[in-house]
Amino acid sequence: MTTPDNTPTSGTTPGTMSYTVAPQRKLFGNIMTGLVIACALLAALPLVSILITVITNGLSRFGPAIFTELPPPPLVDGGGLRNAIVGTLTVMVISAAISVPFGIMAAIYVSEFARDTKLANAVRFGINVLSGVPSIIAGLFAYGVVVLATGTFSAVAGGVALAVLMIPIIERTAEEGLKSIPLEVRQGALGVGATNFQTISQIVLPASLPFLATGVTLALARASGETAALLFTALFNQFDARSVWQPTATLSVLIYNFAISPYKNQQELAWVAAFLIMVFILIVSIIARRLGRRTQF
Amino acid sequence: MTTADRSAFGDDTQSLKVARTIDTGFFWLTAFFALAIAGILLWIVYELFTIAWPAIQKFGLEFLTSSRWNPVENIYGALPQIYGTIISSIIALLVAVPLGVGVAIFLSEDFLPSKVVTPIAFLIELLAAVPSVVYGLWGIFVFIPFITPFLDFIHTTLGWIPIFSTPPSSRAMIHAGLVLAIMISPIIISISRDTLASLPPQLRQGSLALGATRWETILQVLIPAGLSGIIGSIMLALGRALGETMAAAMLIGNANKISISWFDPASTIASLIANQFAEASGLQVSSLLYAGLVLMLLTLAVNVLAEIIVSRFQEVE
Repeated sequence: MTTPDNTPTSGTTPGTMSYTVAPQRKLFGNIMTGLVIACALLAALPLVSILITVITNGLSRFGPAIFTELPPPPLVDGGGLRNAIVGTLTVMVISAAISVPFGIMAAIYVSEFARDTKLANAVRFGINVLSGVPSIIAGLFAYGVVVLATGTFSAVAGGVALAVLMIPIIERTAEEGLKSIPLEVRQGALGVGATNFQTISQIVLPASLPFLATGVTLALARASGETAALLFTALFNQFDARSVWQPTATLSVLIYNFAISPYKNQQELAWVAAFLIMVFILIVSIIARRLGRRTQF
Repeated sequence: MTTADRSAFGDDTQSLKVARTIDTGFFWLTAFFALAIAGILLWIVYELFTIAWPAIQKFGLEFLTSSRWNPVENIYGALPQIYGTIISSIIALLVAVPLGVGVAIFLSEDFLPSKVVTPIAFLIELLAAVPSVVYGLWGIFVFIPFITPFLDFIHTTLGWIPIFSTPPSSRAMIHAGLVLAIMISPIIISISRDTLASLPPQLRQGSLALGATRWETILQVLIPAGLSGIIGSIMLALGRALGETMAAAMLIGNANKISISWFDPASTIASLIANQFAEASGLQVSSLLYAGLVLMLLTLAVNVLAEIIVSRFQEVE
């Protein structure tokens, strides 16, 4: 519109309260609506495809042998994933043992002792940057710190690498949880004579427990499928690792090794391993969601 | 403590002292862990730097511009990998940005009842949780066979465009780029959706009251208002794409050369490290760490930029 005058525009009907939108504007809207629906379908397609292929290929070989037997060498039939399942659990326990205290203690400091200070902002900035560190860099870091120092690839090195990736996830959810507890709760505890430590350990932490658990489960979900960080920290092992100071097989590294191998039997086992990880992640996400729902204080 | 001191009063002061000690101890313990997180970041850079030092000393900045990676002669340059890292991320963004923003609009602007949106949002979260090695596995056995006929068609019809100029290889830049796009679109979707949903409702109401249609409101009011959040989400996704290892290592073909065509094999910094680190020794390890340092600084720059953009958005809010 260049001139302000009283002649009705093409889209309006004079004399009535109702109006119609010009057809080209309507058409444009419909085209855009069609486009975003197409976007949504296109984005859903890979997910559906991944879920279907992982479930069908994974279930075709699934059986008790998966949990009791070792991965087969090339050209040998059968076999299972025993050492990789045990190895994945071992590495996850080690990484949780490092990252849970780290993440929760840092969250307590940021939300309870240094809330809204410059230092808290700096720590949060560091955590956000840490969460963007590529997993292969975390692997290189653990290689330098643990593998070079101890002279062996090990589950501990893998755990350290995964812990670097888990700390930011745990800290963020824990901080959110602590901040969701109203200030009055703390003031009440301090008012009856509790120290900061007593308030936090006996009132605030128990109240925010669902949040803490959500963070830990989400971090474990991330760690369960992590591969790049384990390639040269936990490495791989054809057999059972006899201690945490030995190279350890994990499901994710097994998928990588077997997916690029030319042998059909090993490829099938890679799908079973993918199936196990996906089932674990699905269960964990559902648990995290359930816990998250109960977080209203 | 002797029994004589065990009057109720004395005991109380004693336990008060203990409580105070625990309290200060606890404070410093949490402070230590919080500062340690910043420390880890510096430690990572320091660790990479010290192991990479021999290579930095020997090759200097020439490492970034030379395309020779020759373990036999012990001469290393990472230009093809840097090129591959950037181009594969650009392909991923070209696909994921329109797709992700489109889905974010679809999910946030009442096209669907919220009962339908919640499970879809959960599915997208799940897509973000699928491990990259599973994407790689799926890429090798499902996605590449599926997409090859389309790429063949593009090559025969649009082969005169340099980026489509070679027949599609069984592992190629384009495969890695497209699978990366699938991996990073959930990041763009979830952050952009949160941004659009958190805009003040007055913006929407005002625009509609002035007679704008729904789409005019979205494109001319809501997207500009939420732009910094959307750009922040794109930067975070870019950071993920740059550093992604497994999907790239399994799909890109790991060829140590620069090819204009997206249908040729290529390699990225992360895939180079994943492939060679286990068998490397001496100067090659240093060179791989040098490449890792370059990757770290690249993702660090992108993530810090994203952080600044997103936090500026939150201030406006």
